[in-house]
Amino acid sequence: MTGDATLAPLSVWTIAGRIGWPASNLLLVAALVAFPLVFTNPAVTTDAIDILIFVAMAAAWNTFSGYTGYISLGHMVFFGCGAYFTAIATLDWGLTGSGVFWLLPLAGLLGGVIAIPFGLVALRVRRHTFVVITIAVVFIFQQMAYNFGVTHGSSGINTPVFNFDPATYNNPFYYVGLVIAVATVAASWVIRRSRYGLQLRAIRDDEDRARGLGVQAMRVKIGALAFSAIPLGAVGGLYWLTTYTIQPPYAFNPLWDLTIALMAFLGGLGTVWGPVLGAVLVEGAQLYFFPQTGGSYLYYLVYGGLFLFVILGMPRGLIPTAAELIEKVQARLSREPPLAAAVSDGEIDAEIAGGTPAAVRAGESA
Amino acid sequence: MNTVLRTEGVSKAFGGVQALDEASIEVAPGSIAGLIGPNGSGKTTLFNVITGYERADSGQVYLNGTAITNLPPERVFALGIGRTFQLTRIFPSMTVLENMLIAAQHREGSRNPFARAGGAASRRHATELLEFTGIASHARALAGTLSYGQRKLLELSYVLAADPDIVLLDEPAGGVNPSLIKHIAQRVRDLNAAGKTFLIVEHNMDFVMGLCDPITVLDYGRVIASGSAEQVRNDPRVLDAYLGADDSADDESVEQGSASA
Repeated sequence: MTGDATLAPLSVWTIAGRIGWPASNLLLVAALVAFPLVFTNPAVTTDAIDILIFVAMAAAWNTFSGYTGYISLGHMVFFGCGAYFTAIATLDWGLTGSGVFWLLPLAGLLGGVIAIPFGLVALRVRRHTFVVITIAVVFIFQQMAYNFGVTHGSSGINTPVFNFDPATYNNPFYYVGLVIAVATVAASWVIRRSRYGLQLRAIRDDEDRARGLGVQAMRVKIGALAFSAIPLGAVGGLYWLTTYTIQPPYAFNPLWDLTIALMAFLGGLGTVWGPVLGAVLVEGAQLYFFPQTGGSYLYYLVYGGLFLFVILGMPRGLIPTAAELIEKVQARLSREPPLAAAVSDGEIDAEIAGGTPAAVRAGESA
Repeated sequence: MNTVLRTEGVSKAFGGVQALDEASIEVAPGSIAGLIGPNGSGKTTLFNVITGYERADSGQVYLNGTAITNLPPERVFALGIGRTFQLTRIFPSMTVLENMLIAAQHREGSRNPFARAGGAASRRHATELLEFTGIASHARALAGTLSYGQRKLLELSYVLAADPDIVLLDEPAGGVNPSLIKHIAQRVRDLNAAGKTFLIVEHNMDFVMGLCDPITVLDYGRVIASGSAEQVRNDPRVLDAYLGADDSADDESVEQGSASA
């Protein structure tokens, strides 16, 4: 166990991982690009757009709540603002062509900008208090949407704008959704392994200790919140463009806040792929069960059962639990002791025999 | 006077309890200073005020001659004060190496937050420090799986990773076995020989007496004595504070203490 402990043993697994992982990601993206060309049934592509929207939302939510541990149930604020902004701008400016999609980056930006005052208020408190405040903000925005003239009150904004070819009507929406979802997951992956991500995870484990190691917690948290709000705003705009209908209770829907949180929990909070998997499973299951149960809300029972199972059986979510299993199998195959073998005090005593510490000298010269 | 760290008349009250009462201490560069006192005498509160975790009601804190009073913890750390906590605090769901890299970010040249965490130089330096403290074989393990003693070593390691001007250790020997105490003391000596300055709060008298010079004694938030291990050990005010001699001597000793501080 001496030598360079940080260097992974070059097993079959690591080699396969190094080549296989980027390759399988590329393959996945290629398959997703080809999807609407193969499955041309509008009912299928409509469901696919729905899933992409939830993948983007769950992955974006996770880059803030999963990485920092601040569970937000207020991200629908950004979604709703993006939806209303896109609706109002489209109609006011009389946009009809596919140029409308250029509103989505602006809708994302709007979400990010709104997140800053949101964070300055809500991030002054932690844990349960933070959760409660985020829920309250959703209702405040919902009330504003009911009462402002520009949002057309409870009737909302419901005007079809596109006259695309019905046969391929869904495709532009699908590809825009795909771009947002892939960009969000990619950004989530970059952040996870970055210096920034390290700071976010340190905040999750022990915020005050992290501050004592130079992490500017408030700035870092607000940055992550604003970043995570961008895909929500853009996806809100896309939602309006696909459905051309938005009303206060659906723009600022607390149930959707719970849904994206549960998606991330199911797949694995704080992992890159957990929220993606969770969104595909949960939204896929809902889209399947909703018509199966005659359009009733009986599928909530299936949800409930599923989450009960997750919480009791694998509280850390699918991906961490699966990773643990794989690690166990690998350890058994390579017949090595598990990583976390305890060091005895005898080993420490042997360490004392060393001369002038190299690390100290390195520290001096740096 | 040349000091790394100096507090000047620092006071702090929690409600009616005067945790710190005009406490003034000085730490000279290259020394291992000790801070002792009975339970509740204000040692940890002084650490908290110095490192920005508590606000001082009055008084000043100076690092290398510059006032740093009431700066937030992240600023104090960036300016060159690293500390450990009495109840060891690590990042349990991150690996030991990742724990090291959090603090190491301050040494790295790159300002790009989206660059990959831990460049080769940081990783190498972190691994060297872990080898020095004796937990390098755990670099890839989750910090939450470490034993209590190993966590103490990890906290010391990652504070060192930022190469601070002074390291504040809050009870480094608390709750660990005798051979590990010896190990930690030797690590501190080695680091000090290489030029690192320490301020140590500790209840283990053998540890403090064998390692620290000078030693400052706090009682009810006041400095009542300061000097070498020998001087402090034989100071009647210190014996009073620890053993609680007769009450009449108390007021007198406190006056003398603040006069000498």
